Amino acid sequence: MGSSGGAAMSTIDFSTTIGNAWFPAPTFTASGCASSGRELAQFFPLRDMGGVVTKSVMSKVRAGRPTPRMAETPSGMLNSIGLQGPGIDAFLAKDVPYLVEQKARIIVSIAGETIEEYSTLARKLRAVSGISAIEVNISCPNVENRGLVFACDPEASRRVIDGVRRTIGGELPIIAKLSPDVTDLVSIAKGVVDSGADGLALINTVLGMVINVDTMRPHLGGKTGGLSGPAIRPIAVRAVYQVHAALPQVPIIGMGGIASGKDALEMILAGASGVSIGTASFGNPTAIMSIQSELKQLLMDRGFNSLKQAVGYAHRPTEGE
Amino acid sequence: MTQINKNAKQLLAPIVSNKRVGQYHQIIINIGDVAVNCKPGNFVAISVGGDSSRMVLRRAFAISRVSTSTTVGGTMELIVAPHGQGSKWLCQQGEGVILDLVAPLGTAFGIPTEPVPVLLVGGGYGSAPLFGLAELLNARGCRVDMLLGASTGSKIYAPMEGKRSVNSMRIYTEDGSMGTAGRVTDPIPEIIKDLNVAVIYSCGPMPMLAAITKISNQLDVVHQCAVEESMACGIGICMTCVLPVENEDGAISNLRSCIDGPVMDGSKVQWDRVGEQL
Repeated sequence: MGSSGGAAMSTIDFSTTIGNAWFPAPTFTASGCASSGRELAQFFPLRDMGGVVTKSVMSKVRAGRPTPRMAETPSGMLNSIGLQGPGIDAFLAKDVPYLVEQKARIIVSIAGETIEEYSTLARKLRAVSGISAIEVNISCPNVENRGLVFACDPEASRRVIDGVRRTIGGELPIIAKLSPDVTDLVSIAKGVVDSGADGLALINTVLGMVINVDTMRPHLGGKTGGLSGPAIRPIAVRAVYQVHAALPQVPIIGMGGIASGKDALEMILAGASGVSIGTASFGNPTAIMSIQSELKQLLMDRGFNSLKQAVGYAHRPTEGE
Repeated sequence: MTQINKNAKQLLAPIVSNKRVGQYHQIIINIGDVAVNCKPGNFVAISVGGDSSRMVLRRAFAISRVSTSTTVGGTMELIVAPHGQGSKWLCQQGEGVILDLVAPLGTAFGIPTEPVPVLLVGGGYGSAPLFGLAELLNARGCRVDMLLGASTGSKIYAPMEGKRSVNSMRIYTEDGSMGTAGRVTDPIPEIIKDLNVAVIYSCGPMPMLAAITKISNQLDVVHQCAVEESMACGIGICMTCVLPVENEDGAISNLRSCIDGPVMDGSKVQWDRVGEQL
């Protein structure tokens, strides 16, 4: 940013937009890492962050996978929850009104077993007020059949997003949550954007496994789990960088091991318009608040007048080119 | 719905003392006013390993007792066994080290409104929170009897002063190295009948809690147990620490042991289905 660097500015435009949704800060919970927000509300006002991305909800009540569901790994953890949740009707009756009452900005994350289920969920959300955007989670790794991870199949990804877009019309922004466990992430990202996604959430957890050397069997009840935490951050930064390079106009919410303001800045520079905090909240319930203030300070220290100026800044041409 | 994590506070709290007691460490932490809200059964979640740690998750420890009248202000006592990486790190921290902790978390043991006879059963260092509970029950006028069990004598946690609040304390070890040889659950049916026990409070390994539930169900005694499941967050957001529990309408669902527990009604926990696909 040249000459203004270092000059202490007292304000910065910290806001971000995804489609037509405006958020005062670029900081969000990560779906599946904050339940529906209630649990964190004891630690800070939910309206103080950019928005709450709720745990991916399905049509019906879902018990999730058997325990053990968790294994800590170096600088990370594996989880195998399997989308345990109350179902969309209970969610809309209890959780959305609570978040609205808290004046939180809400991104509702949905997950389905079939393309039709996603459309059904979108239909239920269409008339609900107080929702800023929908995250379409097509990449949860904790499903019985890996064939159901739509985000690993370009055609299935497109069809899910297309179905949701047709159902909800043009109003509510759609954010497609993608998996890094693919050969060509850019082509999948292009496919879902062509089908009507306004933004992308990158990345979901990375499929992994831990074997218990005492029982000499897979540790998790579901055998495989999703790896999260700082261990996967370089994968996430790479994914955001590659997709932003190919689709510079498409807003990305970057996530994967962000635990500090510096980590968040890295993701913004790679091309993310916002960041989601997941595993860091498990280790520290106020992580989102400290990441938010650190990020703001780091941006100001570098002379940025707005968050938007910093988005994708790592892609700028080398000086002299 | 009551507010989740209602009294929980995140704070930086200094270690007042850390003493080795047999196989365990007794760690006292200055938590100031937070001590007022800590009840027997509640737990604390502590960051471990320091700033550059590769351990990203907090560790949950039962709060064994709190004091609100010491010279340093409110304190909590933890009894920690250095088993895993996180608890080993904690046991190595000395006086003055500042810990990042969240407390109090989880449900507490319910105290009877009437002074009924109660039985406290502890397995290994799981017995730690039972001593603070015994004081509370004793103050309520309850007759309090205690059973402690472990595989071997060195794993029994029974501080001398703990005996003050109990009518009797019996120790069982599987190898017979301390107290009576046998399982801590062996004498329970007889004690229930002899003393007309109304409530059993238990804390310890899951198989012990399951075995006590079998007895308490047969003899129609209330069983409040503090469960142990591995947790990532301790505050209800990660959904890893679930147990199958029957609710009012008879349906079984996966409840979080951090928010709906650790103290649960033993008769509602579906012990046979732990680790199964619901």
